[in-house]
Amino acid sequence: MKVGVVTFPGSNCDYDAYAAVKSVLKEDVEFLWHKSTDLCGSDMVILPGGFSYGDYLRAGAIARFSPLMEEIVRFAHSGGMVMGVCNGFQVLTECGLLPGALMRNSHLRFCCKYVYLRVENNGSRFTGACRPGEILRIPIAHGEGNYYYFEDDIRRLEDNGQVVFRYVDRDGRVNDEANPNGSANNIAGIINREGNVLGMMPHPERAVEDLLGSADGLRVFESVRTACSAIAEAGGN
Amino acid sequence: MDSNEKAVVYVRLKEGVLDPQGLTIHKALLQMGYSDFLSVRSGRFFELEINSECADIDRKIGEVCSRLLSNPVIEEFTVERIR
Repeated sequence: MKVGVVTFPGSNCDYDAYAAVKSVLKEDVEFLWHKSTDLCGSDMVILPGGFSYGDYLRAGAIARFSPLMEEIVRFAHSGGMVMGVCNGFQVLTECGLLPGALMRNSHLRFCCKYVYLRVENNGSRFTGACRPGEILRIPIAHGEGNYYYFEDDIRRLEDNGQVVFRYVDRDGRVNDEANPNGSANNIAGIINREGNVLGMMPHPERAVEDLLGSADGLRVFESVRTACSAIAEAGGN
Repeated sequence: MDSNEKAVVYVRLKEGVLDPQGLTIHKALLQMGYSDFLSVRSGRFFELEINSECADIDRKIGEVCSRLLSNPVIEEFTVERIR
C-alpha cells in the first residue's frame, strides 16, 4: 500500500500521519505538496490536521481550491480512497466530497483531549478491523468540529450507515457530556455514500502506539491497509 | 480617495442554524443591562473593489459568494453595490 500525505501551508499533523504509516504500519508513504498535481501513485490520500491557510475565511475553505485538491476530487470520484482528519475533514466538507459542514464548537472553545468513540459501522473500508460497537480512545484537538447538517439529511446519513464514529462516554453511551463540540447526533466521523471517503475530527494518527497514550487509532490504518490490498487483488478501483 | 465601484458582501448563518457566537454576545449584552436587545446574530462582510470594465460582474459576484465567501450549506449572503 502507498499512502500520500498532503501538506498545505499550515498543516501540522502531516508528519504525524507520515510517521504513523511509515514507522508503525511500515507501509510506503510520501508527502504531497499542495501546489503539485501528482498523487505519486498513492492508493490512499490523507488530508491531515492543522490550520491550512491559517483557517482564514472558514476552516478548509481556501485549501479546497489548491491545485492538488482538484486532483484529489477527481481521484475520489473515480473511487480512490481519501481520509481527512480534523482540518482534513473540514476541507472535505468544503469541497463537497463529504456532506454537511463543521461549525464552531458550540461552547466556542478550542478543545484538546482524549475522547471515546464508538464504531457505528465496521463494514466500511476505514473501520473493517474494528469489532462492531468497539470503543476507541483517540484524542481530539479542534475549535471547529461541530458537525452540522439538516435533520432530514442526518437521518439519511444514519440510515445509510455513513456515520462511522460517534462520541460516547467511557461505557459507550451517547450523551451530551460525551459530546465535545455540539455535533449533531454526537457524530465524530462520516463516510461518503460510496464509502471511499472518510472524514473524522479525532486524530487516529496521534494514537498509534501505547507510548503515545493509546494505540486505538491504528485500527483505522489497519482497516485501510486491508481494504487497499483487497482492491489491489481485485485489480484496481 | 478611490472611485471604483465596490460590492459589499454580507455573509450570515442561515436562519435556524445555531450561532453560538451571537448567543454569547447576546448574553454579554444582557449582563451589561441591555435587556432591550432580544437576540444577536453574528456574521461578516467583505468589500470587493470592482474593475469597471468587467462586463458580467453580477454573475462573477454571485459566483465568488457561493463558491468561496460563503458556505452554502450553512450560510446565506446579500450583496450591496456602492459607488
